[in-house]
Amino acid sequence: MSEKSAKSPLLKKKAALRPVTKKNLVTYLMVIVFFALFQTLSATGNLKFAYKSLLVPICTSVIMAVSLNLVVGVLGELSLGHAGFMCVGAYVGSFFSVLTEDIITVTWIRFTLAFIFAAVAASIAGVIIGVPVLRLKGDYLAIVTLAFGEIIKSLVNVLYIGKDSNGFHIAMDSAKLNMELDGMVIVKGPQGINGTPKDSTFFIGFILVMLTIFIVTNIMDSRTGRAIMSVRDNRIAAESVGINITKYKLIVFTISAAIAGCAGVLYSHNLTTLSANTNNFGYNMSIMILVYVVLGGLGNIRGSVIAAAVLYSLPELLRGFSKYRMLIYAIVLIVMMIVNNGSYFVKLKEKYSYKFYKKINSKKNGKEAV
Amino acid sequence: MKFLSQLISGISLGSIYSLIALGYTMVYGIAKMLNFAHGDVIMIGGYVVYTACVTAGLPAAAGVLIAIVFCTVLGVAIERFAYKPLRSASSLAVLITAIGVSYLLQNVALLIFGSDTKSFSSVVSLEPVSLADGALVISGETIVTIIVSVIIMVALIVFINKTRPGKAMLAVSEDKGAAQLMGINVNGTIALTFAIGSGLAAVAGALLCSAYPALSPYTGAMPGIKAFVAAVFGGIGSIPGAMIGGILLGIIENLSKGYISSQLSDPIVFAVLIIVLLVKPTGLMGKKINEKV
Repeated sequence: MSEKSAKSPLLKKKAALRPVTKKNLVTYLMVIVFFALFQTLSATGNLKFAYKSLLVPICTSVIMAVSLNLVVGVLGELSLGHAGFMCVGAYVGSFFSVLTEDIITVTWIRFTLAFIFAAVAASIAGVIIGVPVLRLKGDYLAIVTLAFGEIIKSLVNVLYIGKDSNGFHIAMDSAKLNMELDGMVIVKGPQGINGTPKDSTFFIGFILVMLTIFIVTNIMDSRTGRAIMSVRDNRIAAESVGINITKYKLIVFTISAAIAGCAGVLYSHNLTTLSANTNNFGYNMSIMILVYVVLGGLGNIRGSVIAAAVLYSLPELLRGFSKYRMLIYAIVLIVMMIVNNGSYFVKLKEKYSYKFYKKINSKKNGKEAV
Repeated sequence: MKFLSQLISGISLGSIYSLIALGYTMVYGIAKMLNFAHGDVIMIGGYVVYTACVTAGLPAAAGVLIAIVFCTVLGVAIERFAYKPLRSASSLAVLITAIGVSYLLQNVALLIFGSDTKSFSSVVSLEPVSLADGALVISGETIVTIIVSVIIMVALIVFINKTRPGKAMLAVSEDKGAAQLMGINVNGTIALTFAIGSGLAAVAGALLCSAYPALSPYTGAMPGIKAFVAAVFGGIGSIPGAMIGGILLGIIENLSKGYISSQLSDPIVFAVLIIVLLVKPTGLMGKKINEKV
């Protein structure tokens, strides 16, 4: 008996670790191989410039997709305002970098601080949005997140922040800034932020992708993650076994917002001019990320990574077809959804997988009989 | 006087939102899906009117009629080929398909008409009406929009409550299975809903482009989102809710444009929506559904 109990924790640990780590290891390996391949290609000059400039945005969209998957796939709430958090992160990060470019000269310290500030700001936005949103369900929640995303985008478009010897000036109008002569306007309303240092590299993007996958998969495999998934699968049952739904929903919203904020920093430090419009921080972007998540598979992190990388680069790879590329993208999207989910194709799949299953089963039985 | 004129143009804009929101809310009520492509049907309607009236030189009424027929057929075709195979799939799968259809329509328009903004000639030939010695001028578009919307809404309410196909729509939105057992052709009814919604979108497209004469492949996106907000505002699935939600949204948008800031009108509209939903989580006229274990 004592021998058994001494052995069992070890056994248990081994058994609990194996399937999960194996699954995650494949994801990490995939990202590492992808990174190593493209890093060598671009270092040896075998990658066209057009493709090279895709690498950091791919990392951004992968991070966005993985973090949205935490909300849509793991928590099961449809959010259409994810780009709003990215916008908060991008602006805070860029603002910080422009402000401290002369003070903190060591790039990596400044960049790390920018990430931290952006993550904190975005998670605050996540809490602000999360608290009221928790009262709502389903499509109502979706429309409110969309509304919040649009509000954030519109507000940064009328935001002016300047700095002079008297400190900071914040206004909704460039005329009302009341700047001293030595002042510098950093955030210029619709023109956004100019002169962000170009700190983002493929390597930093890669590190961030790995970190994101690490954080999200570890949450999913933890006690918290199981609680979150129970909320998704049956809210009432989860509540009746004592799971605090509000708490877990808020946790998910905050973490996912913080990660999206970091993606925003990566995005903004890859551009010289940062401004908010419908295509980068509006609902178009939120919807595009949602497409990655759904096509990659809800709750499937590896799927999100692949879908985001492939679908982001698809329109660029289709440049040869120039005019038709978005048309092809749209058709691919519709056909993929119908083939994956259409009742006719689902039946077809079931039929064949049933036959396959039967075949394997009969083989097994045959062996046993022998 | 400024307030009155802002209010009237707000009602006019709001009635366009209502027409679009009706399409959203009817489709949601009956198929339980968010039809994101609805905004782009408006844009297609606008282009059909443009082609018929400006390129082919037909009279405005004929152009609008052709647009209604075209969009009705388009709506039914979209339902048949994109949404019908997914009838039993998850709502998220249908949502993504709708987004795909939206991209498709935008890019087809982009290929045919190009990305440049077309200046739309108004389908309304009514002179502006001047009241109170010229202090209050109401444009012909505003008057026609309000009158047309009122007629359509009354007709729609009569259709849904008094005719057999209308009652069938109500029954299907209440309970699809039970409606089928009562001998209602569910697929036909859903197709009819898409037909009506898309027809209304064509009218809304013609009116919208007359009031704001700029037509591009992305014209439909923002009004579509606003109308979606209006539908949720009024309680999605509720037809009177969509009408009231649309008109209120138009009024709020125009008043905040006139009195606060034109750049801040969108955030104000969205903020009002959020506040309404926080107080009443199912919208103004939405039914509260009790959850069962």
